[in-house]
Amino acid sequence: MSPLLSVCDLHVRFPITRAGDMPWTKPRYLHAVNGVSFDLEPGKTLGVVGESGCGKSTLARGLIQMVPATGQVNWRGETDLLSLSPRQMKPYRSEIQMVFQDPLASLNPRMTLGQIIAEPLRTHRPDVSAKERRARVAQMMERVGLLPQMINRYPHEFSGGQCQRIGIARALIVEPKLLICDEPVSALDVSIQAQVIELLKELQRDLGLAMIFIAHDLSVVKNISDEVMVLYLGRIMEKAPKAELYDNPQHPYTQALLSAVPIPDPVAERAKKIVPMTGDMPSPMNPPSGCVFRGRCPRAQADCAEVIPEAGSDEHQVACIHPGPMREKEMTAGN
Amino acid sequence: MSLLEIDKLKVTFEGDDGPVHAVNDLSLSINRGETLGIVGESGSGKSQTAFSIMGLLAPNGRTGGSVRFDGQEILGAKPKVLNKIRAERIAMIFQDPMTSLNPYMRIADQMTEVLTLHHGLSKRAALAESVRMLDAVKIPAAKERIRLFPHEFSGGMRQRVMIAMSLLCKPDLLIADEPTTALDVTVQAQIMDLLGDLQQDFGMATILITHDLGVVAGFCERVLVMYGGRVMEQGPTEPLFAEPTHPYTRGLLAAVPRVDDEDATMKAIPGNPPNMAAPPQGCPFRPRCTYAGEDCRVMPPLAPFAAGRARACHRPIAEVTA
Repeated sequence: MSPLLSVCDLHVRFPITRAGDMPWTKPRYLHAVNGVSFDLEPGKTLGVVGESGCGKSTLARGLIQMVPATGQVNWRGETDLLSLSPRQMKPYRSEIQMVFQDPLASLNPRMTLGQIIAEPLRTHRPDVSAKERRARVAQMMERVGLLPQMINRYPHEFSGGQCQRIGIARALIVEPKLLICDEPVSALDVSIQAQVIELLKELQRDLGLAMIFIAHDLSVVKNISDEVMVLYLGRIMEKAPKAELYDNPQHPYTQALLSAVPIPDPVAERAKKIVPMTGDMPSPMNPPSGCVFRGRCPRAQADCAEVIPEAGSDEHQVACIHPGPMREKEMTAGN
Repeated sequence: MSLLEIDKLKVTFEGDDGPVHAVNDLSLSINRGETLGIVGESGSGKSQTAFSIMGLLAPNGRTGGSVRFDGQEILGAKPKVLNKIRAERIAMIFQDPMTSLNPYMRIADQMTEVLTLHHGLSKRAALAESVRMLDAVKIPAAKERIRLFPHEFSGGMRQRVMIAMSLLCKPDLLIADEPTTALDVTVQAQIMDLLGDLQQDFGMATILITHDLGVVAGFCERVLVMYGGRVMEQGPTEPLFAEPTHPYTRGLLAAVPRVDDEDATMKAIPGNPPNMAAPPQGCPFRPRCTYAGEDCRVMPPLAPFAAGRARACHRPIAEVTA
């Protein structure tokens, strides 16, 4: 099967001006996404994980030209989305839709639920009659678990979970092929998170949607993804099918991330070993030479500063020159 | 005698649409050196409980019941009395370390303020003590970095500064309100590890307020599960996680995906959290509970059933755990 989306060497960089810079001062660049490549098959889910500032949201925004990006984003093997003008891009926007993190902030407070869900239809399918539009909105509302009598209410009248359902309905009303979810459940309560994840999985199954699921919560990503990509400072550290990544992580960073996730079981949580990681993520303004993770890596050696490790193109990609599972003596006891 | 004894605490806010009962009849006690976790979702009343202990409720908040700290009633005490307790005996860490630090003051000034004001230390002694405390929370190059402003620190480092600040007066009780929620998992692991070490070194009692069951599992000896302003279940951490007896606790644990689990399954609790301005009659969990019946319109009492454990549910344990 040919991939739905094929991303090749995607870069996103932002010019940074500092106080005191003159108009002729050369801008410095913040490299938010640095050479990311991946393929996404129809109906599959790619999970993107990493700490804050690793570039996972910027990656999503770069794909759909919400921020300027360079590289190649091939849509259904035909079009390079990055080469399109905003006008040429428009028909593709209904094929790729997005769900945002803050459910309330992403809804216009002065529009009713019905208007919010109908808006993408008005924009992208102006030929649909008002009657048909109402019918589709009602159908979509039912699909995501919103009651018909809610149609004239405003966003502030809804709880966070319900707002996220509205956001999902709005994204799906134009029947996209790809849904990009940027931290869709991290603002929600635990019991509501599970509802939204179940809904997304069900919709994906029924509609054959492909998804890019961005989250910092590794256990949620494990639940929903087919393939998982770990980002650090704008670069892919490791990418593998879900089971492979969680059962057999090779990159020290992936292992550190996984070991840091608290387990809701006192016995397991207290017995677990964690991969020690010191310090904070370095500034993307001046990343370290060689491997960007080496400053915090328990396994870093002199050669890590010299070569930038390549992720390769295998099914299980690891961007590390000393990969492999952590040995007992490299770990420390948790709590 | 326990260090903190809360009896039938009620917190009510006077809103435009009538009163909102944020906390109802909450009783708990915590001994010296003990770690207690309060778990709940947003709106469960866990933070308001902490705020009422500290006398930090919003101006329209009213409290009822009793909060005794070391035998002394502190609920509704005068600011003068509270200030002394807050400076010397009870410390609190908040969720967002950026907004709880003063952006206009250097870390050094913020930290020494407490010591010079409340303990009468000289500037020099206060500074030395502050540096020592920053060392204790493992901030590298503390001597130089104490001169920096809060914005010059990362989120994790700021939370370390907050912890150092709260430990300056060697409190008997530390209340940590979602201390790691704004942080990344790797930093969260570092901070919880640090809190665990400090808790043992200083021997202080700690109340950890969080929505994250994993964090509680690693840190606390006892857990209190709140929902809709009421305690649903409480008990020692291990048996409570091993065999939860309240439908809400069970639902909550099933809803959290486990990263060490084969497919990290998550089972949703149907429905929405209660609207606290118009809470359901009786048990707040009733509308979402699969075991709910007519009798649940009357709030069940929090009844003890095993060593240190209690639950507020009309259904027998055998029926719920079957």
